[in-house]
Amino acid sequence: MFANFDFDVIRRSLGYLFLDGMAFTLTLTGLSALGGIIFGTLIALMRLSGFKVLGRIAGLYVDFMRSLPLVLVIFWFYFLVPYVGQWLTGASRPISVGAFTSALVTFIMFEAAYFSEIMRAGIQSISKGQPAAANALGMTYAQTMRYVVLPQAFRNMLPVLLTQTIVLFQDTSLVYVLSMPDFLGAASKVAQRDGRLVEMYLFAAVVYFTISCAASFAVRRLQARISIVR
Amino acid sequence: MIEINHVNKWYGPTFQALKDCTTKVAKGEVVVVCGPSGSGKSTLIKCVNALEPIQEGEIILDGIKVNDPKTDLPKLRARVGMVFQHFELFPHLRIIENLCLGQEKVLGRSHDEAMAKGAKLLDRVGLKVHANKYPAELSGGQQQRVAIARALAMDPIAMLFDEPTSALDPEMISEVLDVMVDLAREGMTMMVVTHEMGFARKVAHRVIFMDQGEIVEDALKDDFFGKPRSDRAQKFLSKILSH
Repeated sequence: MFANFDFDVIRRSLGYLFLDGMAFTLTLTGLSALGGIIFGTLIALMRLSGFKVLGRIAGLYVDFMRSLPLVLVIFWFYFLVPYVGQWLTGASRPISVGAFTSALVTFIMFEAAYFSEIMRAGIQSISKGQPAAANALGMTYAQTMRYVVLPQAFRNMLPVLLTQTIVLFQDTSLVYVLSMPDFLGAASKVAQRDGRLVEMYLFAAVVYFTISCAASFAVRRLQARISIVR
Repeated sequence: MIEINHVNKWYGPTFQALKDCTTKVAKGEVVVVCGPSGSGKSTLIKCVNALEPIQEGEIILDGIKVNDPKTDLPKLRARVGMVFQHFELFPHLRIIENLCLGQEKVLGRSHDEAMAKGAKLLDRVGLKVHANKYPAELSGGQQQRVAIARALAMDPIAMLFDEPTSALDPEMISEVLDVMVDLAREGMTMMVVTHEMGFARKVAHRVIFMDQGEIVEDALKDDFFGKPRSDRAQKFLSKILSH
């Protein structure tokens, strides 16, 4: 049944697919995860801060982001970020940020909502005695968080954070709505150019599946190792 | 050194955890706080370094009012060591790192200085060989000794102990008490919440008996064990000393 298919199109475009497309996807995934975890941790700290107003703002933000489809947010940000930039810098015209920056900001903001819930659970999993002990040593709130609570919360939540990153890896393919050359976008371009839609989309699926599956497996291994250490 | 004056504390709007508590601990004095569970003794000791807030009264630590919003609490807490019932070592750090963290981040000591001090204190509590292990690899008694060393690493002017042996298996209690007895004999100012009456007899100067949030009895050790004045203290003593 594969007689009519030309799988050689994959071999011919491997360089473009991986060196450009996959490199883009992985960069976007990595930077988004990093930014999302940092920003998400800040949101989690706001929610747990005990300052009602801060907590409320953070809670609204999380609910808001989690109630919107990601594609919509990507679109929105793409058109909105230049104007927000203009407003922030006081420039006379909308600043041009480029599709990559726009996508990166979107993913960081969007994923932060999810990462923040993970970090919140992680922070809450630390017994109250730990910050008490840190305080008793004379540590400030910031020191307590930085040296005692967050390292433990992060460690406890690492498998979940990585699993969420795998989801993020797949979600980055949505940047196709901004016609960006991520892995799927690259595959799609080749597919259209050479008229080999089935082959390319099949290949793209296999690649996403393989990477995600391997990563999930690695996370499970890691989880088992962490639980022994603890 | 520690002055507690007419302290009232409530949990929530209705439950009063401390009722008009007044006492003090002089420099070099060892005061044991005992009483049935729920009597407020742990709460009282946590109020001393403001791990728990109080609503009324005042607590003065080395001349500084603890419950003054203007007080630099971290700075004040750094000068008082505290040992917890459940040790509360930092599980993600090695033993020696547990001893260095406060020294370096709070007191600003150099890493080498902190390590040297930490090693010395570990040696003192007999755990030098475990310096590079993680807390989970140590027994409860060993962990608690590390916790004491961690507090001592800050060169505290006083030490607070919150039921330091309550979470330990019986055979590990004495190794922790031995360290505490040594400390008391060296003249450390100590406030100790404990049921270990043997420890109280050996080194305490005074014994405070609490019940239902009140300081029922505050007496010199010999008076307390000789003939406690209150019925409640007598009952309590007969219960825990009978076996």
